[in-house]
Amino acid sequence: MNEQKKEPGWQDLPIGCVMMEARSTRHYHTGDWRSQIPVTDAEICCSCGLCWVYCPDCSRYRDLRTGKYDVNNFFCKGCGICARECPTGAIKMAEEET
Amino acid sequence: MTMNPNLDVYAARMLPEEEYFAPGHRACLGCGPVITLKLVMKALGPRTIVSEATGCMEIVSSTYPQTAWGVPWIHVAFETAASVAAGVEAGIKALQRKGRYPDSGRITIIAIAGDGGTADIGIQALSGALERGHDFIYLCYDNEAYMNTGVQRSSQTPYGSWTTTSPFGAKSIGQKTRKKNMPSIAAAHNIPYVATACPSYPFDLFEKVRKAKAIIGPKYLHIYSPCPTGWRIEPNQTIQIGRLAVESNIFPLYEVENGVWRLTHKPQNPRPVSEYLRAQRRFSHLSEDDLAAIQRMTDDDYQKLLNMEKATQPSAVKTASPKKATAKIARSSGKGGRK
Amino acid sequence: MARRVGIEVSLAVSEAVRVCDVDVISAYPITPQTHIVEKLSEMVAEGELDAEFIMVESEQTAMAACCGASATGARCFTSTASQGLQLMSEIVFITSAMRLPIVMAVANRALSGPLNIWGDHSDVMANRDCGWIQIFVENGQEAHDNIFVAFRAAEDPRVILPVMVNLDGFSLTHVIEPIILLDKEDLGDYLPPYKPVVRLDPANPVSMGPASTPGMYTEAKKALEDKLRGSKKVLEEAWSDFGKRFGRHYRAIETYKTDDADTILITMGGLSGSAQAAVDQMRAKGEKAGLVKIRLFRPFPLDDFLEAVRNARILAVCDRAISTGGMGGPVYVEIKAALYGRPDAPYVAGFIYGLGGRDVRVNDFEKIVQKARVQANTEIPQPYEIIGLKE
Repeated sequence: MNEQKKEPGWQDLPIGCVMMEARSTRHYHTGDWRSQIPVTDAEICCSCGLCWVYCPDCSRYRDLRTGKYDVNNFFCKGCGICARECPTGAIKMAEEET
Repeated sequence: MTMNPNLDVYAARMLPEEEYFAPGHRACLGCGPVITLKLVMKALGPRTIVSEATGCMEIVSSTYPQTAWGVPWIHVAFETAASVAAGVEAGIKALQRKGRYPDSGRITIIAIAGDGGTADIGIQALSGALERGHDFIYLCYDNEAYMNTGVQRSSQTPYGSWTTTSPFGAKSIGQKTRKKNMPSIAAAHNIPYVATACPSYPFDLFEKVRKAKAIIGPKYLHIYSPCPTGWRIEPNQTIQIGRLAVESNIFPLYEVENGVWRLTHKPQNPRPVSEYLRAQRRFSHLSEDDLAAIQRMTDDDYQKLLNMEKATQPSAVKTASPKKATAKIARSSGKGGRK
Repeated sequence: MARRVGIEVSLAVSEAVRVCDVDVISAYPITPQTHIVEKLSEMVAEGELDAEFIMVESEQTAMAACCGASATGARCFTSTASQGLQLMSEIVFITSAMRLPIVMAVANRALSGPLNIWGDHSDVMANRDCGWIQIFVENGQEAHDNIFVAFRAAEDPRVILPVMVNLDGFSLTHVIEPIILLDKEDLGDYLPPYKPVVRLDPANPVSMGPASTPGMYTEAKKALEDKLRGSKKVLEEAWSDFGKRFGRHYRAIETYKTDDADTILITMGGLSGSAQAAVDQMRAKGEKAGLVKIRLFRPFPLDDFLEAVRNARILAVCDRAISTGGMGGPVYVEIKAALYGRPDAPYVAGFIYGLGGRDVRVNDFEKIVQKARVQANTEIPQPYEIIGLKE
């Protein structure tokens, strides 16, 4: 969830508003944005990893037990690049159930 | 990793896993530039410092309090990607020499800007930094307009493209001018390495970034990064459109290494540009005649590139020795001459 | 060993920068700053100064490159004037907000148009809100000394702000004065090595220069304002320590014969010297004139100023810049704002002089005092006057 944190008081701000925590956008739930989600047919997935290479939101991961790729729900914005680029057609975009 | 085309499909998993440009950034669905940055940062790794210009990639990655960056990153203003990078390079150089920087090894410095921050408002700083020979990489992610402010034209907007400041109308075809050739402008500074790339060819991109990283001196990378929002395509078409751009010779992939031009990808059967243009609603107003004109321009430009490749091949770069020539003339005039 | 030499003031500034062992100099030439950077260039070329000298292609790049270098933890110096300062204007506001302790010598010169290469304060005044500490020096010795003070205050962990050292173009930069130059031995530990609070370092990746939102921009500005105000105390410590070590004492507000003065001249920069001579001239005639020299303009030293003028009946504020279309010169407006509503506040008369390098004579200061008295006698606020305007 994207919590509405209490906005910083002027004395809370770090020097020069420098952002000290690297990669802090990882806390931000861009998965909230999507209206469709990629569904991967593990039978057809050939584990090439192209979906992972092309994903703009680092929302593909390789399941190390099965070797197949699947979606990261937290970040996936539902752009559909993975579905279009998958060489075996294993990925299809589906309306997401809310 | 070698540039072996046979490994194209199966080498994907071999790319480094660590993300130095993290998810959770606020880019649009299907954003091309973030794919570019993701791949570039995988190629560069953690011992990198980024100097970025104001633009899409800056705004989506670093609105207080969150940053997508896993490496040190600095943003000052719109036109300052190259100038800040020059300062970072000089600062580290001086500090390392005086033993006052915590890391004594070579750190990759990269300036990142969009086409606006590179070819327009940032071109002065870029030219200065290239001329002074700083050891850094300059990366232009080219989405062919000022996208962050709402799709206004830049000098990288292609001929005939709609943008909000080059709209088509009864008296206008859209962008009236041709795309300014930034890679050749960079090459004109006699820097060791210039390359064009596209995330639709991720391994070519990766190799070029790795190559640039290893070279000492200024390097310029121009990376074609489709923008679904501004180009009026579906978010899922980003990679496909990039591929079409390369396969139709709209955006050829090449390198200029110490003045030697070399195409790194030569489409065997180039696609007609109409296939590329018709796929994007920013070109939907163009007539058949316009498309034909663009095809001619594209063919001309590609031919020029082939000519550059031929003319700058190492075997072609030989000049006749002036001394030999004078000696010949002197002997033939029968008046003695040089010994 | 400290040595007293006849030296051009620009070169004395360069010598001070050299002794400070700066790491990066990034500067673009512009009259009348050129001698400062030329000398530094020579020093680097001869190996007298171990620094990276970036010969940038514009002033904007000069300041941006300084930002990049400072962010890595390097001690940075630059110098500019007039149009150069305007060209880097976009960046100077960012420099202070990003808390980068760069020192810049500004050879104050008139702003175009029309083009004018001679001295006045319009360049720094056009940027007075940029969030930098702004010091004005009166003579070559002060110019030299305040470079050390500037770096010390800028890099103090309680401050970490950029500092502008302002010296009048040509009338100060290009004159030869007897100046006591300090060397590294003299300096001792007055200026410790710069230890950045945060820096660009792959071992600890941070992101500098974020985009902000309406939800926190105000707070960011307040935080900067707070730090700028707090820097006065650190500057005073730096000046006090300098005085103890080297015998030359500087303060945010310098006063000359103000205790019993009826009318006090207020000046900044090189013309303070002439004003001081004028005060002596008037005193010799039995007039109770005095002088307040503002050395620290930003942050404005309100308490020191109020203390200095507490007994005066009339203030004659002399500005070397014009705030076109406004209520008067920048210093005049600042002082009126400072005094408004205070009980027994003196009458404030405003004068603008010396624009575009026009000379101001000692006698002109006497005339200014007389004019101020005439204005004060009307007992109502009068518009400011431009001295020596040719009708």
